[in-house]
Amino acid sequence: MFNKIYDWVDERLDITPIWRDIADHEVPEHVNPAHHFSAFVYCFGGLTFFVTVIQILSGMFLTMYYVPDIKNAWESVYYLQNHVAFGQIVRGMHHWGASLVIVMMFLHTLRVFFQGAYKKPRELNWIVGVLIFFVMLALGLTGYLLPWDMKALFATKVTMQIIESTPLIGDYLKILIAGDSSIVGAQTITRFFAIHVFFLPAALFALMAAHFIMIRKQGISGPL
Amino acid sequence: MHRGKGMKFVGDSRVSAEQKTFIPKDYSEYPGKTEAFWPNFLLKEWMVGAVFLIGFLCLTIAHEPPLEKIADPSDTAYIPLPDWYFLFLYQLLKYTYASGPYNAIGAFIIPGLVFGALLLAPFLDRGPERKPSKRPFATGFMLLAIAGVTFLTWESVAHHDWEAAAQQGKIVADAEIDTEAEGYKLMEANTCLTCHGNELQGGAGAPALVEVDLSPEEIHDVIVNGRGAMPAGIFTGTDEELNKVVEFISSIESE
Repeated sequence: MFNKIYDWVDERLDITPIWRDIADHEVPEHVNPAHHFSAFVYCFGGLTFFVTVIQILSGMFLTMYYVPDIKNAWESVYYLQNHVAFGQIVRGMHHWGASLVIVMMFLHTLRVFFQGAYKKPRELNWIVGVLIFFVMLALGLTGYLLPWDMKALFATKVTMQIIESTPLIGDYLKILIAGDSSIVGAQTITRFFAIHVFFLPAALFALMAAHFIMIRKQGISGPL
Repeated sequence: MHRGKGMKFVGDSRVSAEQKTFIPKDYSEYPGKTEAFWPNFLLKEWMVGAVFLIGFLCLTIAHEPPLEKIADPSDTAYIPLPDWYFLFLYQLLKYTYASGPYNAIGAFIIPGLVFGALLLAPFLDRGPERKPSKRPFATGFMLLAIAGVTFLTWESVAHHDWEAAAQQGKIVADAEIDTEAEGYKLMEANTCLTCHGNELQGGAGAPALVEVDLSPEEIHDVIVNGRGAMPAGIFTGTDEELNKVVEFISSIESE
């Protein structure tokens, strides 16, 4: 049954080569923890991706309840956490996952750095990776405001002061991000929501695609 | 790839009509114990992922994600704190030569140099050597950066008043406070409200007094002898007035 469906699609779209490109590649001995336990350091990148998937899925479920508005944002988070079945787990996964993704990404960065894996010909992939790091930090920063509780508001006020102090373009940058030159309020929360849920994930997906295509093209760096 | 004359296509598409048989690559000629990603290695990765997920779910069950009370822009005493991975930057901006008139140094020049160097690492460290011991500058600067970030985060955590932080953001149950009550007026007269708030909602230095988890005797004891940051002897009224205050505090219930 499944084979017939596969053949039907394959006849029309010739999907086998695509599938082979994704799945059929070698895993060299030196990155395989089954052969050398110390190769577990090569897991950090994969685990970062795994936590990112958790973040995307849990975030999608959070938006089913979350309302990006100064009156209802906190109420909706409170409701989700205290009255929705498994709401605390879903929010917990997104909250702790945000920290975990930073930890895993940091470890992955250190692995690549200390192994000198960013050297020719992998310079571009390193740059894309560091850009992913920045996008992740920005996701953490914008996500922090969304529950609209005390720490969210006051941490964002501090962030806005730092952004405002940017030489030359500080004021414009602040208005662009906060929606107002002095208030951190209704406009800010909708902008942070849009940035957190649409703009940054879009950038993240593009960068991750580039990251993975480059790995597949170049293969993993050899043993030291 | 087959090219040239004699190619057959599916309908009018560009998909070849000839079904090629794909034989999985044979990795036995590769150096070492190379194995196929699909399905051999993926299965192992899957198991690592499953163990990781179980640990992660245990964390989410054991630790409720924190939520403070709803944002109140009028609370000027609130001490802000960013998420832990920004603490090093937050701490850096507290130092004399990285804040105030030198803000540009702490907010842009130092982080810009560090993150710029990270971004451009492949062009700064261009030698062919990969072993950390053979590229002392790259390794040294990275260790220095890790030490710096760790130190700043540590300093920030050590200098933060975590007890006050836990108090200042606590979700307080709404309560109808009778400001005409004798107990309330006595609390006002004895400066209790200065710290505990006009709605007894608490503040940066003092807990809320709505639905306190203490018996009247214990409340009496706290007022007389103090507790934590609260010194003894703030209440200067008579014993009768003291009893009225105790009764008033015990009577406050949330809606």
